[in-house]
Amino acid sequence: MAMDISKLGVKAGWKELTEGMVIAGAGTSKEFHTGEWSTDKPEFVEEKCKQCLLCVPVCPDSCIPVSDMKRGAFDYDHCKGCGICVKACPFGAITMEGVK
Amino acid sequence: MSYNFKETMNKPERLAPGHRMCAGCGGTIAVRNVLRGLHEGDKAVIGNATGCLEVSTFTYPYTAWEDSYIHNAFENAGATLSGVEGAYRALKKKGKLDATYKFITFGGDGGTYDIGFQSLSGAMERNHDLVYVCYDNGAYMNTGIQRSSATPMYADTTTTPVGSVSNGKPQNRKDLAAIIAAHDIPYVAQTTFVQNFKDLHMKSEKAIYTPGAAFLNIMAPCPRGWRYNTPDIMDICRLGVETCYWPLFEVVEGKWVLNYEPKKKLPVEDFLRPQGRFKHLFKKGNEYLLEAFQKEVDRRWEDLKFRCSR
Amino acid sequence: MAKRDRLSGNEAVAIALRQINPDVFPAFPITPSTEIPQYFASFVANGQVDTEFIPVESEHSSMSAAIGASAAGARSLTATSSCGLAYMWEELYIAASNRLPLALALVNRALSGPININCDHSDSMGARDSGWIQMYAENNQEAYDNMVQAYRISEHRDVRLPIMICQDGFITSHAVENIELLEDEEVKKFVGEYNPENYLLNPECPMAVGPYSITDYYMEAKRNQAEGMRHVSQVVLDVAKEFESLSGRAYGLFEEYRMEDAERAVVMIGSAAGTTKDAVDRLREQGEKVGLIKIRLYRPFPAAELAEALKNVKAVAIMDRSEGYTNHGGPLGADVMSALYRAHADALAVNYIYGLGGRDVRVQDMEHVFEALKQMIKEGDAGETYRYLGLRE
Repeated sequence: MAMDISKLGVKAGWKELTEGMVIAGAGTSKEFHTGEWSTDKPEFVEEKCKQCLLCVPVCPDSCIPVSDMKRGAFDYDHCKGCGICVKACPFGAITMEGVK
Repeated sequence: MSYNFKETMNKPERLAPGHRMCAGCGGTIAVRNVLRGLHEGDKAVIGNATGCLEVSTFTYPYTAWEDSYIHNAFENAGATLSGVEGAYRALKKKGKLDATYKFITFGGDGGTYDIGFQSLSGAMERNHDLVYVCYDNGAYMNTGIQRSSATPMYADTTTTPVGSVSNGKPQNRKDLAAIIAAHDIPYVAQTTFVQNFKDLHMKSEKAIYTPGAAFLNIMAPCPRGWRYNTPDIMDICRLGVETCYWPLFEVVEGKWVLNYEPKKKLPVEDFLRPQGRFKHLFKKGNEYLLEAFQKEVDRRWEDLKFRCSR
Repeated sequence: MAKRDRLSGNEAVAIALRQINPDVFPAFPITPSTEIPQYFASFVANGQVDTEFIPVESEHSSMSAAIGASAAGARSLTATSSCGLAYMWEELYIAASNRLPLALALVNRALSGPININCDHSDSMGARDSGWIQMYAENNQEAYDNMVQAYRISEHRDVRLPIMICQDGFITSHAVENIELLEDEEVKKFVGEYNPENYLLNPECPMAVGPYSITDYYMEAKRNQAEGMRHVSQVVLDVAKEFESLSGRAYGLFEEYRMEDAERAVVMIGSAAGTTKDAVDRLREQGEKVGLIKIRLYRPFPAAELAEALKNVKAVAIMDRSEGYTNHGGPLGADVMSALYRAHADALAVNYIYGLGGRDVRVQDMEHVFEALKQMIKEGDAGETYRYLGLRE
């Protein structure tokens, strides 16, 4: 059974912590919003996108979701604004302040 | 095995966002693309040596892993996953488990080339059915860019700082892939991020689905430690390959195979120039250092081509 | 139906392990525990167990692999001695903090240096604060019986902590004694199946183990871990009771030998308790009111129970088979004296360092200790409380 991590905030008392500090479940980091780390974000210019998906594997933060073989909008909750995807796009469909 | 890029990108993500690696980190680019080598439906247990990846991807209570995950300590990722894989075989033997699991462990070059070397060597020699992946960024980045045995010659690190009488790290980089190949395990490969990731993907899938021990060495640049412009990671990797600093090869059942030979081998300074850790090599009067670096790259490249020609 | 046999301590423990049929056993040889994995490897080679035996390249790896296997959902263990235990040092803490119920068959041997292969307790005493349950044996029978009870304690849902089953190197590990073994089926039934709640190989739900913990959590995590230890003593007693009804052999947290009206007592751990029992018997024949307390469960330490058992004693000698380098005694000495202090006891207490690196302890030596206690009572003063026994000046 996956654990409910909402009770495991930094104010949790010792009895509330999980035994052995294990977490049963997966992908709970989605609750932690690293998107707050930066203000610079890539912009997706959809009309220029050819859906080549070359931006997908280069993202260190899994912030370019793909479904039905097509990329969707950036996950700004988690995108740290590194700019790698801007350079990976052959069609200029991703832009970001300061990245050429 | 064939590579359909779009289908590969369409697979469910096995490393969730919200981990705390630096913006532009090469480590998680490596992890995401290795995990895409797993077939859908197959489960996995991921191991991890202490390092950036570990402290950033499982900061209590936030795990970025969609599969089961175990971090034990710095120097024992090989042994820890040996135990997990042993448990799998035991539970299978006793009829307690139906599902198919694969075993992949990640370590940085500190946890792999250096402190975890013995544990890695043991796990490889015992031929456990697991993949050890080194994301090699050429220094102990988690503790603040100290030299490792994977650090290239002349790199400026915090324990081999460039100074009035120092040109950075005095020694050559250890060739770990060759050392692991000398364990005569079924599969060893070296790769990095190039083009549409076909090389990395194919090698990951092969490593995961080859019975027995497999080792992947992945050059995974660290923007902070290497001091290049963060968005340029794909260029850095391409130059690593085109200068033959980081050749792409595999060793399949003892047979060495060169996967890519540049049409025109670029001078290694093209790879070094964008990196702040090599800035001193481009000062007037230091041309001899660049020559020495080039000579070492050439020697290793010729040696690799010879191995692959046999 | 019990079977009588003549076995060494190592062989007895190996047989207990065959009967338990654990899932994963990673091991690396070190004298004097080497025989345990050796015997076990022959059980594997002859198909007598289903265990995955992993002959690793070091003790650090044997404990690391045992941790991996245990987290994966398998019943696992390893065996070691001396420097092997020291090499596992950081892993001991990790096993305990992960709340992994795994076992370690420890054959006590002196730590280097100088290198020495014989018995003392410096290895396990070094690990006394690692969060492991520690249980010690006087003889081969106890080593076997403790091993059979180990997983019932370690895997208990209120405990879930690793357990170290200790016996004295060579003195019990290699000496052959008469021993009663339980039937294979009895042991299998007594130990039962291992059914963890969360584990890596659970197809229903993945699990993450070994997080980075920021300061906000670390202290609460340690207190949470301590809770498991607080339940150990009761579980040890409950399991012992069940074991007694199966075997007829009774166990507690410690053994009280001729303590009913004792005025002078020795507190010690391990095989030298057998020698001390002979000294107690001889002195009792002469009408002397002497007794012995032999610690079985050292971690957690049964402080209150021990103080209660010593409440009518006028003088006590606490015997440490390892140095503590505190300039005032060894680890058992510190534990017993603090237990007495908390119980407001007024017994005189001294601490002896003895038997280091396999130094012999004879009946006369222990008679000498009881004589020293008599002198203390007479003088009403403990004198030098940090003493050596059997040392050449």
